[in-house]
Amino acid sequence: MSDIENQIVEEESVSSGKMLLSMGSIGLIAGILIVFTFQFTLPYINANEAAYLEKSIFDVLPGAVTKKVFTINDQKNIIPVTDEEATSFKIYACYSANDSLIGVAIEARDQGFQDVIRLIYGYSPEQQEIIGMKVLQSTETPGLGDKIEKDPEFIANFDNLNVTLTDDKKSLKVPISLVKGQKSNDSQISAITGATISSRAVTKMIAKSAELNIPVIAKNINVLKHSAPQEN
Amino acid sequence: MTELNVQADKMDVFLKGVWKENPVFVMLLGMCPVLAVTNSVINALVMGIATTFVLILSNLLVSSLRKLIPKQVRIATYILIIATFVTVADYAIKAVSLEVHKSLGAFISLIVVNCIILGRAEAFASKNSIGRSVLDGLGMGSGFTFAVLCLGIVREVLGNGTFAGFSLFGPDFQPLIIMILPGGAFFVLGAYLMFFNWLKERKKINEKIAEPDMAMAD
Repeated sequence: MSDIENQIVEEESVSSGKMLLSMGSIGLIAGILIVFTFQFTLPYINANEAAYLEKSIFDVLPGAVTKKVFTINDQKNIIPVTDEEATSFKIYACYSANDSLIGVAIEARDQGFQDVIRLIYGYSPEQQEIIGMKVLQSTETPGLGDKIEKDPEFIANFDNLNVTLTDDKKSLKVPISLVKGQKSNDSQISAITGATISSRAVTKMIAKSAELNIPVIAKNINVLKHSAPQEN
Repeated sequence: MTELNVQADKMDVFLKGVWKENPVFVMLLGMCPVLAVTNSVINALVMGIATTFVLILSNLLVSSLRKLIPKQVRIATYILIIATFVTVADYAIKAVSLEVHKSLGAFISLIVVNCIILGRAEAFASKNSIGRSVLDGLGMGSGFTFAVLCLGIVREVLGNGTFAGFSLFGPDFQPLIIMILPGGAFFVLGAYLMFFNWLKERKKINEKIAEPDMAMAD
C-alpha cells in the first residue's frame, strides 16, 4: 500500500525488561479501562434487564398491575423470596388492581436449535390455562427459528392453552404436545413451518415446566391468593 | 508541505477508507460480520458504529504508543488494545439497548478478530502520526459502515419488506426469505462486488482512452 513508509530493516536489540514492561503497562491500562466501563454501565444494564423481565411478566399476564416473587422449595411448597439475587428459580405471582390473583408467570429454559432459549409463560389457575408466552432470550436463526418470538400465529397458541389438572391435582389431564398442521384439541401447539426444531424446543420446555410446576401451584394456591403485595 | 497540501493529504487519508480502499468492497476484509449481521438495517448500523468506534480508538492508542512498543510484542499488544475497546463497546451497547445487543449476539465480541482493525493497526497506525491514524480509522470505519448498510438495506427490504422495522409494502408483500438467510448475504455481496469491479474496470478503460499514447505503448 502506498501509505506504508519504507523502513530500513534493522535488528535492534530490545531488552526483555522493556518488552515485559510495555506489555504489562498496556495490560494495566486495558484492565483499568474495562473495569471502569463495567462499573459505569452495570447499573444501566441491570436496569435494562429488570425492566425487560418486568415488562415480559405483565405481557404474559394481561391485566396484572402488581407482582410478588416466590420460589418453590424442596418440599414442593411455595415460599416468598426475600433475596432475589440469591434465588435461581423464581415464579412471579401477579395481581390485579383489586389484589385478586390473575396468574403466575413461570420462567423456563432449554436448548434450542442454536443456543439456550429462555422464555416466560403466564398460567391462570382460575381458567386452568396458559394465557401468554414471551421469549426472553434466543439466538434462533433469523427469519426462521426466531419466529418463535415474532410469528403472531405461533404465539397465539399460548393465548389459551389448556393445562387442566387431573382430579388428584398431581399431573396434567392432557399433556402439552406439538402438532404439524391443524390442532385437534386445545392442549396442542401447532408448529411453525420451517422451524420445527425451535417450535419443538419451546413446546418441550413449556410441557416439562408445566408438568412440574402447575400441580405445585394448584396445591399452594391459597398461599398465592392471600399474599398480594401491600401498596404503599 | 504547504498548508493546502496538508489539508489535501488529510482528506485523502479519510476518503481512501471510504471509497478507494473500501475495506469491504475493495479490500474484502472483515467478511464475517458483513455476511452475518447485515440481515437488518439496525443491526448493520450498530455493527458499523461499533466497529468504527473500535477502529478509531485502537488506531489512536496504537499510534500514540508506537514508539514505546517493541516490535517483538506488537501483535500481542495490538490485540490487547483492540479487545479492550471491543469490551467497552459491548458494555455500552448493552447499557443502551438490550434488544439490539440480543440481535447482534456474539458478533460484537467477534470484532476483536475483525481483520480490518488489526490490519489498520499494523499497516497504518503503527507507522503514522496520531492525527493521520485517527482519520484513517474514521475513514475505514465509515467505509465499513457504508458497506454493511448497503447490504443491510437490500437484505431487509427484499427479505422482510421493511426498512429499519417500518413496513414498506403492506401486508400482501411476499418476502424473499433467502435474503435474510446466510445465502442471501452471499448473493447481495456478490452483486455489489460485481458492481464495484465494473466501476473499476470502466475507470481503467476511460483512463486508457484519455491517454492514447500509453495505450499504444501497451
